[in-house]
Amino acid sequence: MSFQNEYDIIVVGAGHAGCEAASAAAKMGSNVLLITLDINRIAQMSCNPAVGGIAKGQIVREIDALGGMMGKITDQSTLQFRMLNRSKGPAMWSPRAQCDKIRFSEYWRIELQNNERVSFWQGSVVELIVDHDKVIGVITEIGIKFYSKAVILTNGTFLNGLLHFGQNRMKGGRISEPSSVGLTEQLINCGFVAGRMKTGTPPRLDRRTIDFEMLDEQVGEVGNKFSFYYRNETVLPQMNCHITYTNEAVHGELEKGFKDSPMFDGTITSLGPRYCPSIETKLVIFNEKNSHQLYLEPEGVDSIEYYLNGFSTSLPYEVQESAIKFIPGLEHAKIIRPGYAIEYDFFDPTKLLHTLESKILNNLYLAGQINGTTGYEEAGAQGLMAGINANLKIRELDSFVLLRNQAYVGVLIDDLVTKGVDEPYRMFTSRAEHRLILRQDNADERLSALGYSIGLLPEYLFNVYLKKSILVNTIFDQVANVSVKPEIVNDFLIANDSAPIRYKTKLYNIVSRPNICFKDILEKNTFLKGKLEPVPSEIFSEVIEAVEVRIKYAGYISRENSIADKIKRLESIKIENKFDYSTILSLSTEARQKLQKINPETIGQAGRIPGISPNDINVLLILLGR
Amino acid sequence: MFDSPTICAISTPAGIGGIAVIRLSGAEAIQIADTVFHSPVKGKFLSEQVANTLHFGFILKGKETLDEVVVGLFRAPHSYTGEDVVEISCHGSLFVQQQILQLLIDQGAILAQPGEFTQRAFLNGKMDLSQAEAVADLIASGNSAAHRVAMNQMRGGFSSEIKMLRDQLLHFTSLVELELDFSEEDVEFADRTQLIALSRKVESLIKKLTDSFRLGNVIKNGIPVAIVGETNVGKSTLLNALLNEEKAIVSDIHGTTRDVIEDTVNLNGVLFRFFDTAGLRQTTEPIESMGIERSYQKLEQASIVLLVLDVTSPLDSILTRIAAIRKMVTSQKLILVANKSDLATEETRYNLSEVKLTKNESLVFIAAKSKDNLAALIREMQSAVSLEKVQSEDVIVTNIRHYEALTKAQEAIGRTIAGLESNISGEFLSQDIRECLFYLGSITGQITTDEVLGNIFKHFCIGK
Repeated sequence: MSFQNEYDIIVVGAGHAGCEAASAAAKMGSNVLLITLDINRIAQMSCNPAVGGIAKGQIVREIDALGGMMGKITDQSTLQFRMLNRSKGPAMWSPRAQCDKIRFSEYWRIELQNNERVSFWQGSVVELIVDHDKVIGVITEIGIKFYSKAVILTNGTFLNGLLHFGQNRMKGGRISEPSSVGLTEQLINCGFVAGRMKTGTPPRLDRRTIDFEMLDEQVGEVGNKFSFYYRNETVLPQMNCHITYTNEAVHGELEKGFKDSPMFDGTITSLGPRYCPSIETKLVIFNEKNSHQLYLEPEGVDSIEYYLNGFSTSLPYEVQESAIKFIPGLEHAKIIRPGYAIEYDFFDPTKLLHTLESKILNNLYLAGQINGTTGYEEAGAQGLMAGINANLKIRELDSFVLLRNQAYVGVLIDDLVTKGVDEPYRMFTSRAEHRLILRQDNADERLSALGYSIGLLPEYLFNVYLKKSILVNTIFDQVANVSVKPEIVNDFLIANDSAPIRYKTKLYNIVSRPNICFKDILEKNTFLKGKLEPVPSEIFSEVIEAVEVRIKYAGYISRENSIADKIKRLESIKIENKFDYSTILSLSTEARQKLQKINPETIGQAGRIPGISPNDINVLLILLGR
Repeated sequence: MFDSPTICAISTPAGIGGIAVIRLSGAEAIQIADTVFHSPVKGKFLSEQVANTLHFGFILKGKETLDEVVVGLFRAPHSYTGEDVVEISCHGSLFVQQQILQLLIDQGAILAQPGEFTQRAFLNGKMDLSQAEAVADLIASGNSAAHRVAMNQMRGGFSSEIKMLRDQLLHFTSLVELELDFSEEDVEFADRTQLIALSRKVESLIKKLTDSFRLGNVIKNGIPVAIVGETNVGKSTLLNALLNEEKAIVSDIHGTTRDVIEDTVNLNGVLFRFFDTAGLRQTTEPIESMGIERSYQKLEQASIVLLVLDVTSPLDSILTRIAAIRKMVTSQKLILVANKSDLATEETRYNLSEVKLTKNESLVFIAAKSKDNLAALIREMQSAVSLEKVQSEDVIVTNIRHYEALTKAQEAIGRTIAGLESNISGEFLSQDIRECLFYLGSITGQITTDEVLGNIFKHFCIGK
């Protein structure tokens, strides 16, 4: 065993999960080996050239707040930024960015290369080296052994990946890339439960053959970004998306190919996402709709590829080609890569702890699509948490788990390890019972201090947060105390359809009015702005918005907080390995089986297992010893 | 030890006894007790008293005295649960028990789950495992039985009606969620007008049910009847005649009945709960004046007021008395009980019969001492109870836990309606609707978890 082959942590796979895992573990002090099938394809955007979106954008903000890199790298490669759901309340505001997928990959590579604790190896891992239920290393396809204190598997769709193009099938983890074999079988032998999932991707089109003239344009907003900490020195040229629709002629063409669709002829039996169906599935499920919306999204500044969002398909190439000709704007469009479906192995995530360490093999962590999730953001979040926890474990430090009322990341992992998955898992805001407090604007307030305390977020970045936080608190107090005379604000109030005031009124009461924008008042009224603590222009919007949210939604937020507090106490009662559930006769039979299978870590988690009743929880509480 | 909310419950067996004990346990037990307990000693607070002591005083609801009580004070960890515990020993009337319990809940205590005191005792290491295991078995069986009982109780359309409305609400929430999670455009899937209509339907059903709680209480605890009248007109004699026992102290000295005496009696299948009250007479005698004060308050709680009149007194004073009571009795049934009818003159009888009665009033001549014409009075009282309200298929909420859940659901649906009217964003609506669903589900036994999401998938088509 040579020194060259020994590391603290080995990360298998350099996708969105693997990169965050390697980066976090290295930043926290571990020597990391990142093994990937192709060193030129780090952090590929295999599907959508975009990061964020509803609920996903919140996750990226959380990754950033904790000290992960996805936010920063997205900002560097952003082609178009939009805050979705602006018309709704702040809990629904969701950042989303179209990205240059080539730059995204490049910036990740640079990020990792700049970290001297990260080493790279191009190859395929075919076996884990196990010593007494503990993973101590990996073996590659050419028999090279690497040893480590912990291994993080982030194999994505590469385990026994199978691509479908109509009736044509080939092995692969992504178009034109090989899949990896061997690991699945070993893990199953150890007691892991494998399943198959399916996902799909739409065709990519040649920009030069698209007629944009006749399509609606979707323009982004400038100046906004994901990261709480990093300023964006270089901004890429901004690009727009375009909107088009399918029609009955398109549907007619597609239906001609149904007989050759692997989705319908029984070839693909694995579970696909219900919420992101292929175009052929949409035609079947929503057969009353004669049109579906599609987006044309640019894949990069220097790329001619366009992503046809909403048209994911595994129909034969010829069918895709003839159907696309009937879509407005795409009459002459040429396909560069056809859409395809991919089937891959995943492992039942209920075999994992909240740290993402497996319950079966010690020091083995699983993160990303291998756990049955979908999405770069979901993968990145798991990679980050696995990287953090692997690092903490090998240093014999306390594990780091986020609760459901602390972060979407907490909701994500708790759902995975408690409920398992029966379709590719994607985050929704409706999965979070405390949606109103898990907002993108307060991710730093929720998580910066935690990121700093575990040694991931460096002090100079934590100070960026502290500075903002102090300003927010100061201005909040000032707004609560400053009174405004009618003549100062009435013009503004009337202009904004808000009743004028008759007497001196606290600024707080004015900001709390629904159709009054705090930032607007301050921008239109320098006298009022002068009464408040000066805020540096680069964080002005952020700070003012934070104060405004706190004031406008005070009632809802405090109610949500008090609900969350009630639930919290159950999370602090640890029950892992305390019971042999099969012997507790006062539990229902179903509860005994489910509890035995999941072996929940806390009473709170037990209560979320499907099929566990409040009565069962009472029984457990009573049986708990001190 | 984790920070648990303060819980309360009636710890003595359900029903009427000589006394009952209401137990409060938790970090705020003493603080909550202090808000309702008033010692006759000025400035005496339970929070300043040493552990393991008893204290005499009154439970006040606002200014109204609910009961005289003795309070036992225990401090953590030397109590049954290992937390701060206050035990309130009150009089055994169901009505008083429920009132005190509700008062404590109003002050921030939470109604204890079955076995929760024991659970806490165990969690705080006051019990060993075998003891707790025995309790666990008991609770597990007790809960499902209790659930069955509750479901049986809600016979007829109640539970299915709640379920139906709940399903519709659930459907709407899914649509609201769909707008939130599956579309970046401002599309409305959930028709707000329909949602308002549905919310109103839910609200009115819940209101009907919470209202029925009062009725349910009446059925369980008796129809409250206040007996009022000047001193020595024979109120206690009447009560004793109705009760057939010597409960009230009866003497010929004015003002012998110094306090409100309560008792229930089943008269021809209807349960009545009587308050005999001290005479409504101005007095300077301190103890009696307190009793009188309470008599007035009792009037408000009564469904029926019996004004006992001594027909041997001068007609003028009788008419004055009637006029006075009419000012205090507004919505309740008022029965003018002309007592000592055997001693009445024809003239008085005639003049009394001439008194114009409203449709809420009636007049009965009796002789309480000889129980003469008592049956007529009882008939009059029974007809006063609009028992047509209590049809067998009607749903009546008698369970305070259901009542609590319904009240919370009512608040949540009220906020939903207000939110819809002011056109607030979906995620706030969703918070309120989910809360309402949660509480309705806690009655019908349905759990919201993942239902919403499951429902969503039937309907959507994703944008980006």
